[in-house]
Amino acid sequence: MREPVIVFEKVSKSYHLYHSLTGGYKNFIFHFPKWIKSLKNSKFEALLDISFEIYKGETFGIIGRNGAGKSTTLGLIAEVIKPTGGKVIVKGRISPLLELSAGFHPELTGRENIVLNGVLMGLSRVEVSLKMNEIIEFSELHNFIDQPIRVYSSGMLARLGFSVVAHFDPEILLIDEVLAVGDVAFQKKCLDKMLQFKKNGVTMVFVSHSMMEVETICDRVAWIDNHTIKDLGKTQDVISNFLKSSC
Amino acid sequence: MKKNFQHYIDLIIVLTQKELKVKYKSSFFGYLWSIAHPLAFAFVFLVAFKVVMRIEVEDYALFLIAGLFPWQWFSNSVNASPLVFLGNASIIKKINFPRNLMPFTQVFQDMIHFILAIPVIVLFLLIYHKSPSLSWLYGIPLLLIIHFLMTYGISLIVSSINLFFRDLERLTTIFTTLLFYFTPVIYPEKMIPEKYKILINLNPLSSLMISWRNLFLIGTLDSTHIAICFGYALSAFIVGYLIYKKLSWRFAEVL
Repeated sequence: MREPVIVFEKVSKSYHLYHSLTGGYKNFIFHFPKWIKSLKNSKFEALLDISFEIYKGETFGIIGRNGAGKSTTLGLIAEVIKPTGGKVIVKGRISPLLELSAGFHPELTGRENIVLNGVLMGLSRVEVSLKMNEIIEFSELHNFIDQPIRVYSSGMLARLGFSVVAHFDPEILLIDEVLAVGDVAFQKKCLDKMLQFKKNGVTMVFVSHSMMEVETICDRVAWIDNHTIKDLGKTQDVISNFLKSSC
Repeated sequence: MKKNFQHYIDLIIVLTQKELKVKYKSSFFGYLWSIAHPLAFAFVFLVAFKVVMRIEVEDYALFLIAGLFPWQWFSNSVNASPLVFLGNASIIKKINFPRNLMPFTQVFQDMIHFILAIPVIVLFLLIYHKSPSLSWLYGIPLLLIIHFLMTYGISLIVSSINLFFRDLERLTTIFTTLLFYFTPVIYPEKMIPEKYKILINLNPLSSLMISWRNLFLIGTLDSTHIAICFGYALSAFIVGYLIYKKLSWRFAEVL
């Protein structure tokens, strides 16, 4: 049971800041020494020397203030960005649900977006079409499924996004703050689905600002603050520490 | 391995469908536009060079059409390439999949348009009392591969570098326009003055465009031209792929 599926070993991530490059040639000519200097120094450390393990079947919460490095962590797990230092090991197929409506094309219909997303996530076209009805059923978007999704509201997009990810037998599910825009009924439906995943042994990484949701489904929580892990452990303990420092 | 390959095919199909659907979603005439554009250009050049400047080329309208359709494929793909990754930012930031498939499908769907336009070339051949020749059967697939490799390579270079140096987008448009007039598309290569003739092979597109036109008009393939354009195509592809490999891990960061 205690088999780690996501391992962070002393992971650091820094971004170059590109403002100096995009400042244009005037900036380049008139402030040349400064420009060179800023090119060397303009780094932003998003994560510093982070180590943790997430085990198979576990629901792992990540909390923290805006800009603390939560989304960078998810990006690293999803392998869309690479660490600058350390090692990230991920075993299993990842179903990412980062950012609302990411991965959807506004001109395509809901149905076409389901196919596009499914195949991008690693399924075959046949597998996607077999699941199609189930997905539409779950999203409750029957009347809109053949409309281009640019006419969708943000709540409807969240419904579509979650329904797609939830029906492709995820092994590792990444959820970033997407449920907040759905209505109460749908949020509940998603939570139920996630509890069901939990029962089936799906590993989930859950980023949220809703302490109530985190408390409901997470086994362990990491609190990221100031680009490092400030606290990691049982959900209740971390949340109460976090709330104490925030208030 | 086999599953992997199958998945590549599925990805290409889905991404190409997406491109085509997005392109034609809100236009009534759809695919006809991809024919209308080179035909309009052919008309303009016909008026300018045949009617006004009296260029001495036999069947100049046919000559133009045989060159402009392949050129359109190249220039459409290359001009679209700066935006290939930028336009799909939301997907790239979210899901880890082979990103080089995006320029691949871009070039692929322009190739489909080109293939669909070949009947128009046949129609013009018939109007001028000529006919397609048997050599098309192997000539067209061969040139399709070379053309694809070349265009895909250049697209990879432009689309990857443009993420880090966004000015490239403007440069690309200027570059393709310049290249168009330096390539024997609207004039035959034999009209180039003797002292500049050696320069023609420095242009990677020349021998490819000459090959297309000769294949369509007289049904011949010249092995020197093929060798030269294949060399260029292969180098473009290798350079493009190396640049893409070097830069692709940072795509999600700079988008």
